[in-house]
Amino acid sequence: MHKIPSSEITPEHLFLSRRQLMGSAGALSVAALLAACGVRTPGAPATDTVPADARTDELGDPLNSFEEITTYNNYYEFTTDKQGVARLATGFQTSPWEVQVGGLVGNPRTFALEDLLAFEQEERIYRLRCVEAWSMVIPWVGFPLRRLLDVVEPRAGAQYVRFETVFRPEEMPGQRDRYYPWPYVEGLRLDEAMHDLTLLATGLYGRELTPQNGAPVRLVVPWKYGFKSIKSIVKIDLVDTMPTSLWMALAPNEYGFYANVNPAVAHPRWSQATERRIGERGRRETLMFNGYADEVASLYAGMDLRVNY
Amino acid sequence: MNPRAVGWLRVAVHPAGLLPLALLLFDAATGGLSVNPIQDVTLRTGKAALVLLMLSLACTPLKIVFGWKWAVGLRKPLGLYAFLYVCLHLLIFVVADYGLDAALIWQAVVEKRYVVAGFAAFLLLLPLALTSTRGAQRRLGRWWRRLHRLVYLAAGLAVLHYLWLAKVPREPLIFGVILAALLVLRLPALQRLVAGRLAGSAQRFRPGSEGGVAGRGSGPPAGPARASGAQRQPDPEGEAADHAEYPEHRPGTIDHRRSAQGTGEQ
Repeated sequence: MHKIPSSEITPEHLFLSRRQLMGSAGALSVAALLAACGVRTPGAPATDTVPADARTDELGDPLNSFEEITTYNNYYEFTTDKQGVARLATGFQTSPWEVQVGGLVGNPRTFALEDLLAFEQEERIYRLRCVEAWSMVIPWVGFPLRRLLDVVEPRAGAQYVRFETVFRPEEMPGQRDRYYPWPYVEGLRLDEAMHDLTLLATGLYGRELTPQNGAPVRLVVPWKYGFKSIKSIVKIDLVDTMPTSLWMALAPNEYGFYANVNPAVAHPRWSQATERRIGERGRRETLMFNGYADEVASLYAGMDLRVNY
Repeated sequence: MNPRAVGWLRVAVHPAGLLPLALLLFDAATGGLSVNPIQDVTLRTGKAALVLLMLSLACTPLKIVFGWKWAVGLRKPLGLYAFLYVCLHLLIFVVADYGLDAALIWQAVVEKRYVVAGFAAFLLLLPLALTSTRGAQRRLGRWWRRLHRLVYLAAGLAVLHYLWLAKVPREPLIFGVILAALLVLRLPALQRLVAGRLAGSAQRFRPGSEGGVAGRGSGPPAGPARASGAQRQPDPEGEAADHAEYPEHRPGTIDHRRSAQGTGEQ
């Protein structure tokens, strides 16, 4: 056994002051962090700000701000960092853009973005509920997917609709990560796709869709968890078998095909009973079908939603 | 490493431990947090706790593998800073996120297994933090070290906590692999292997020397752990061999030999 040189022994007074430092740092930081959590982040002003909008959704809850909607995004094709998407998506090429619509249809067609914008556009204020248990109220601009499907004339055998996101790893750094089976794929049952609430969105807050929100065209299915609302769509196919989404492929026991917002059915590892509305403190109860039960519950009549999660 | 550098390291560990908190407070003050600040603060304090816990658990292996005895002195402050972030993390969850709503928290505990794993890790770390003083070390004697082995379980639960809450398991699994490596490096059999290898290469390095073998069994006994228990003697055989080989050897000079063997500076 060797002796510890005296230079390695901390003098008692230093030792004590360090303890005090650590203690007071702890106390201070608790107070400061708790305060920080309650504060609505001021945030740097976005380059193109949109004035505050006093409107609400049909339940009376205020819209989230343009800044909130465009700075907090899950878009793994760019990055898994929700705050980092906006910067990485800047300059993403959304024009020219084409969406191929085919599969079991009588009239397969490729729609240029201009063709999509030629459909009559309308504003829809929808709640978006992320599977991560946060939510926003968003004024989308777009048109019901049904109208596009009517144009291509689904054939009798078509039972599902399969959607695919653009694959451009040179522009989307997250797609260079081979862990994920890119491109992103999502699917809907045909009757879900034909439902009036199901929107092809091309805009946000009365203006063009921002790249971080899925420009130039994305799906919005407000009664399902946000990941079902696939972004930057380039391909829509009508098919006769249930499509396997990217999340189903990654974790089949955790992400089902339906992914309906359902406070009674927990994700296998975490509860979905509550959520945080962005901009609010604390939590609020999650609503069945994200508050759209009156409109969509009939789609699932007789189905066990615990099995078909 | 010379005593002066060691002294600096022991000071530097404090700003390093407080850095994640400083960055967090800076971001909070300047609007650098996202529009979901509660989640930001929760995730960042959790990550800081996990990283610091891993760094704390890396100290002993650094000593075992590279002979860096000074690393052991960083173990306690790193562990205590990890616990600071654990406390902040828990407080944010209970106060800011769940608003001290007992029913809501209970529901979270029942429905989210990651909450159970995380809380269990906190409960295991709590007595370790409370007995981190020298006085407690003295009072507990040999029980102190046994008690503090709970850190291995707590670290495992912390990784499990992360794995169970993460949408994508990759990063938690990386932490899991690191933790497994840090724990395996502590296994007595492995320590003997490392000590044997070092002693063996020392022998080759100085032809004609009897090397470590000469010291084996005849060197001074490793002796009881110091009263503080802070400086473990994990490889009494190897240590003893070292000293028998180099009667003039002082702790401060060990690095030169080890780096000469090509194992010091990797």
